[in-house]
Amino acid sequence: MRGGAELKKGTRKLMSPYAVWALLFTVVPLAMVVYFAFTTAQGSFTFDNITEIGTYAKTYGVSIWLGLLATIICLLLGYPLAYIISKFKGMSQRTLVMLIMLPQWMNFLLRTYAWMTILEGNGLLNTLLGKIGLGPYEMINTRGAIILGMVYNFLPFMVLPIYSALSKMDHRITEAAQDLGANSFNVFRRITLPLSLPGIISGITMVFVPAVSSFVISQLLGGGKEMLIGDIIEMFFVGNVPDYNVGSALSLVLMILMVVCMTVMNHFDNSEETGGLTV
Amino acid sequence: MKKVFDRIYVALILLFMYVPIFVMIVFSFNDSKSRSVWQGFSLRWYEALFNDQSIMDSLWLSVLVAVLSAAFSTVLGTLAAIGLRAFTKRTQQFVMTVNNIPMVNPEIVTGIAMMLMFVVIFRSTGLLQPGFATLLIAHITFCTPYVMLSVLPKLRQMNPHLYEAAQDLGCPPVKAFFKVVLPEIMPGIITGALMAFTLSLDDFVISYFTSGSSAQTLPLVIYSMTKKRINPKVNALSSIMFIAVLVLLVIINLREMREEAKNKGVKAKG
Amino acid sequence: MSDATNNTLLQEGASENTAGTVNSEAIISLRNISISFDGENVLQNLNLDIANGSFVTLLGPSGCGKTTTLRIIGGFVDPDNGDVLFNGQRINDLPPHKRQLNTVFQRYALFPHMNVYDNIAFGMKIQKKSAAEIREKVTEMLRLVSLEGFEKRNVNTLSGGQQQRVAIARALANDPKVLLLDEPLGALDLKLRKDMQVELKQIQSKLGITFVYVTHDQEEALSMSDVIVVMNHGVIQQIGSPTDIYNEPENGFVADFIGESNIVDGIMHADRDVSFCGARMECVDTGFAPDEQVDVVVRPEDVVVVPLDQASFSGTVLSTTFKGVHYEMIVEIPDQDEDWLIQSTVAQPVGEVVGMTVAPENIHIMKKYTGDYASDIDFEEFPEAAE
Repeated sequence: MRGGAELKKGTRKLMSPYAVWALLFTVVPLAMVVYFAFTTAQGSFTFDNITEIGTYAKTYGVSIWLGLLATIICLLLGYPLAYIISKFKGMSQRTLVMLIMLPQWMNFLLRTYAWMTILEGNGLLNTLLGKIGLGPYEMINTRGAIILGMVYNFLPFMVLPIYSALSKMDHRITEAAQDLGANSFNVFRRITLPLSLPGIISGITMVFVPAVSSFVISQLLGGGKEMLIGDIIEMFFVGNVPDYNVGSALSLVLMILMVVCMTVMNHFDNSEETGGLTV
Repeated sequence: MKKVFDRIYVALILLFMYVPIFVMIVFSFNDSKSRSVWQGFSLRWYEALFNDQSIMDSLWLSVLVAVLSAAFSTVLGTLAAIGLRAFTKRTQQFVMTVNNIPMVNPEIVTGIAMMLMFVVIFRSTGLLQPGFATLLIAHITFCTPYVMLSVLPKLRQMNPHLYEAAQDLGCPPVKAFFKVVLPEIMPGIITGALMAFTLSLDDFVISYFTSGSSAQTLPLVIYSMTKKRINPKVNALSSIMFIAVLVLLVIINLREMREEAKNKGVKAKG
Repeated sequence: MSDATNNTLLQEGASENTAGTVNSEAIISLRNISISFDGENVLQNLNLDIANGSFVTLLGPSGCGKTTTLRIIGGFVDPDNGDVLFNGQRINDLPPHKRQLNTVFQRYALFPHMNVYDNIAFGMKIQKKSAAEIREKVTEMLRLVSLEGFEKRNVNTLSGGQQQRVAIARALANDPKVLLLDEPLGALDLKLRKDMQVELKQIQSKLGITFVYVTHDQEEALSMSDVIVVMNHGVIQQIGSPTDIYNEPENGFVADFIGESNIVDGIMHADRDVSFCGARMECVDTGFAPDEQVDVVVRPEDVVVVPLDQASFSGTVLSTTFKGVHYEMIVEIPDQDEDWLIQSTVAQPVGEVVGMTVAPENIHIMKKYTGDYASDIDFEEFPEAAE
């Protein structure tokens, strides 16, 4: 018994390097964000940074609105895609999953750059449209272009978790529902959809968080006309007139917003799944 | 009928995902700066790309940082995963919450948080000037959680009596670990290391805030190139990267498939 | 082979009818069903009638096509050829949700996101029955499977036996005419399995509906069924009551699969006159050609140990194992390829030479079967299946 306890102690020690590392480089930096958010440049306590966020309420609003639209579009495009892929057999299913993942392996800057090429005023799409006597249209530097960039970059984040939830599902469960008289619509609404909910939830968070906090996509495809919250934060940290305190306050609020959104989503998920537990 | 509709839908989405890449590859061979008009085949952008010292340097730096941070985070994460199992459920949950922070936090927040800390340390001690060291630390920090997450399931799947059985048969603990535990969790470690490598290689946001001007990784150089708008070298670079990843993935998949087929054969025989 | 025709009464009743004009007794009929997956024949020209109100078991080793047969009846698999009839109506094109039969799936397939109540109520909610009606029915079903008070429980926290009961209740709540059960007790431990066997049988006689039960466990099949359908390699080997199947196996495969048997080569000299193991003995079978090569099947419990001077044949005891109610011994008989398994209440020491005999009615003569017992059943030897 003693040997076992000592062994356990010895094993526990293996945790310590990472524990120290995570404390130093994950926890302390976040504490610094909090500290900077509540202090002046001179280091005295203040609420000014937080109140100044009011000035950027509209930016938060736009960021959340665009992120929301991108997430909804990803869900509407991605769910059917994941569902169809999960119905394919062995080899083709595998190939399709790989094809969906493949562009993710290219840096997202390059992928976004590719859309610049297509959407530009004298870009490919306008040139082609011009040949059939249409346009030119103003496509780049619009909100639409930003949303397109987000959907293009984050769609696989929606498809893959939903696909994995769907493909894990025991086919007997849908068969059981059919057996009990459910037609395809009912099977989907009462069985498939609720059982793939965890996939949908994680897909939504995986798209919504990076979409809301993105700053490159809006710069490249929005032409800097539309400042998102990520752009403002970037400006306060690496811009010409840095202000770490206001930047930290903005980041803190962004982080809290994301945590709240994730908690809400997870709660939604849990309440569905453990509904049967409450007596 | 429904099948046809399904196929068309999948084809349209794939078209949406691949047309931009295809356009880029085509125009990387264009004999002009134009990104909309084809003016003949040429390799001049590839030539320009390989002659661009700053790109080649950044590529080298990216690979170096990726290798180092993959190695560090793999050791750190694997040890932590093994150690974690010896703690109580509650401690484990707490550690996993901290572990999850870099994965769920918006990247930009992780980036500026580390930047803040490096700046504070540098201003007060003169140590850790933003550059290679800070970049490496940042990369190890966001890679390790992924290593942990890929090793932990393998440890959970492992029969806990394996380690005891090895000792029961006279193997000393440390040797038992290397002989029995390590081979069992090796697939998880390799997956973790590969993930760490690719994440590091691909990272832009966190590097952007933590690298300083002296350590420019490839994604950072790409970013500055895209800001100039017309730069066909980016097309050439994208094409090379896409083909490289494609070839790599095809090889990995073929290997996996062959292995699966082999396993199937063994099963059928057994 | 004398009783073979009796065993296949159901079968022949079916084969005389063409699709459309069907035996009024049969609630489900399968006509010339064939199906192959990846070029492998899973079912070959299968014909089967299932009488209304009966407990029919499809029995066979894994891969014999029994589950596929059940899934064809349930509508989850489309046969390549042949018709599925329900009360004489062809239902091949009817999707599962419109068929008046319900299935208890392997490993239950309960809906993990619903509690016990919602699982059982599922089918009725789909049919848009009134809340009061649903409530009443669910309570009735829970009483039937002895799970009163479990309404709000999460199905994932139930034990295997309880999940099984929920699965049965869920399938029965729709008032099916036929209940299909796909190895429903396979995941339960032995004790629980025995209890559930008795309970399932009780439920079936109480409700009076048809049960089609799939299992690979011969004991389960023998103890529960009215009719057993023994299958191997997609072909029906024998159809009959448990006693028929056990006492009069129609071929070596059935004899080997149902209980333990000694199967040896023999020669049928004339009616009721057979020799095997170097002994010429009286039996009850007739209808073979003079001096026809046959398989002789003797159950271990039918071998009687007698003094050497009264023995028909003798052998040396290789091992003796105590089995509770009797001893099981392996006996080596000179010039025989296979050792014999015998059961006796008296132990014989290892190395002892013992005399043995078998009563005429316990000697089962079967047409020579050349294939491997567990595989490669020759199609043409079983014309009833080929029809």
